[in-house]
Amino acid sequence: MTFISLGQRLAPWALPVALLAVWQGAVVLGLLSTRILPAPSAVLAAGWELLGSGELWTHLAISGWRAGVGFAIGGGIGLLLGFITGLSTWGERLLDSSVQMIRNVPHLALIPLVILWFGIDESAKVFLVALGTLFPIYLNTYHGIRNVDPALVEMARSYGLSGFALFRQVILPGALPSILVGVRFALGFMWLTLIVAETISASAGIGYLAMNAREFLQTDVVVLAILLYALLGKLADVAARGLERVWLRWHPAYQARGGAQ
Amino acid sequence: MTALHSIRQGIPLAIEGIGKAFGAREVIRGIDLNIPAGQFVAVVGRSGCGKSTLLRLLAGLDQPSRGALLAGNGPLSAAHDDTRLMFQDARLLPWKRVIDNVGLGLSGDWRPRAREALAAVGLADRAGEWPAALSGGQKQRVALARALIHQPRLLLLDEPLGALDALTRIEMQQLIERLWQQHGFTVLLVTHDVAEAVAVADRVILIEDGRIGLDLPVDLARPRHRGDARLAALEAEVLDRVLQRPALPEQPDPVSPLPMQLRWAL
Repeated sequence: MTFISLGQRLAPWALPVALLAVWQGAVVLGLLSTRILPAPSAVLAAGWELLGSGELWTHLAISGWRAGVGFAIGGGIGLLLGFITGLSTWGERLLDSSVQMIRNVPHLALIPLVILWFGIDESAKVFLVALGTLFPIYLNTYHGIRNVDPALVEMARSYGLSGFALFRQVILPGALPSILVGVRFALGFMWLTLIVAETISASAGIGYLAMNAREFLQTDVVVLAILLYALLGKLADVAARGLERVWLRWHPAYQARGGAQ
Repeated sequence: MTALHSIRQGIPLAIEGIGKAFGAREVIRGIDLNIPAGQFVAVVGRSGCGKSTLLRLLAGLDQPSRGALLAGNGPLSAAHDDTRLMFQDARLLPWKRVIDNVGLGLSGDWRPRAREALAAVGLADRAGEWPAALSGGQKQRVALARALIHQPRLLLLDEPLGALDALTRIEMQQLIERLWQQHGFTVLLVTHDVAEAVAVADRVILIEDGRIGLDLPVDLARPRHRGDARLAALEAEVLDRVLQRPALPEQPDPVSPLPMQLRWAL
């Protein structure tokens, strides 16, 4: 690697690093009150301390559990409903308009009702996450199945495929690009919903960590919690891209740079 | 090479008074045709004359409004497993590798046979690639391999070369001719290219306005040379016949209900 190519690699990082330096400097010089924004070093220190005490893991685990279970339930139901309405005329007639109506209710508006139904325990948060992830996956599954090339289905039928074989070899792979778009949308909604649900009522989790720290004016922990959410969101997105790269490797648009052949 | 080389006789085909109407519009108005086993028949005609519809009826993708389709002693629908159709577009599944496309719908140990079929169309070395990496002509050759692996006794070709460039077309014509001579299946080739029809077929059928307008045998020895005067004469005969008739007002292609519109239920 030459000096120039190294510079090209590092260039995108120059601005964030400079910003962090300015931020740190402003706090150290007293230009920025720690009540408004703690120094980056303080955030790091808070993170280190919580990591050491094991507290961070507990909160991360509980938030991750809520997100995962909610996503699995909501995504599973969305996928199933999408298959039903996408594959059968009767399914569409019976279900689609109902699902579309429910979709138009902002799920976060249900929070008061959800608290009445479930109290403030885990099921309330899982329910909200499930509701938030259901519709993007439902819509994209339905749309993906409807847009499978009918010419390919006709060809496959003329080669004797029908029933589950037709579904597995033609319809599902054809709908997969769209389904994965739904998954990425759903992952975004998953964290968003969880953040709101955890800040309103929780006794553990990253949202609780942030709200609790606010009570004690620990801005460093608040910023840490925000960064953790950002990191988790990024991780989920990387995972979804990984799925695309594996499952859609046949698709020229998704082949890894350099052309995975 | 055992599987591909076992000789199976082509199907003799009898088309008896078939007609097909989409709603009020009659696309095929009564066609009678007898095709002996192993004959290579080319069907030509203006676009919208009903030639593709005829092929779809033979392939069982649409049902005739009247008339009967017979293969040998029984109905053609009973010989569905012996019939394979090649479409104008290759219709490869983009998410299956080339070899898996060739083996579509097969069970058991089909891979050696799929390799043979690919070798027969000259693509043995591309077996592991995605269809997106192939050229148009190569995709059509994969589609041909996919049809041949089923050892069809009737091969239906719906303008399979229409989208290819001139040189690739000639190569493909020769490939299809060679494989036909090897395997002895009956071929029905729908094409809008009269030169192609007279160059490869034993017999050229012209369809006009849903009926047979001309039934012309091509009694020339093979291999035929492109540019041969007798080929040119036959081509001129067909073209004259097509052109002497005033063109019909432009009609949209018959819209047959595709599975997507019919919808499927699992």
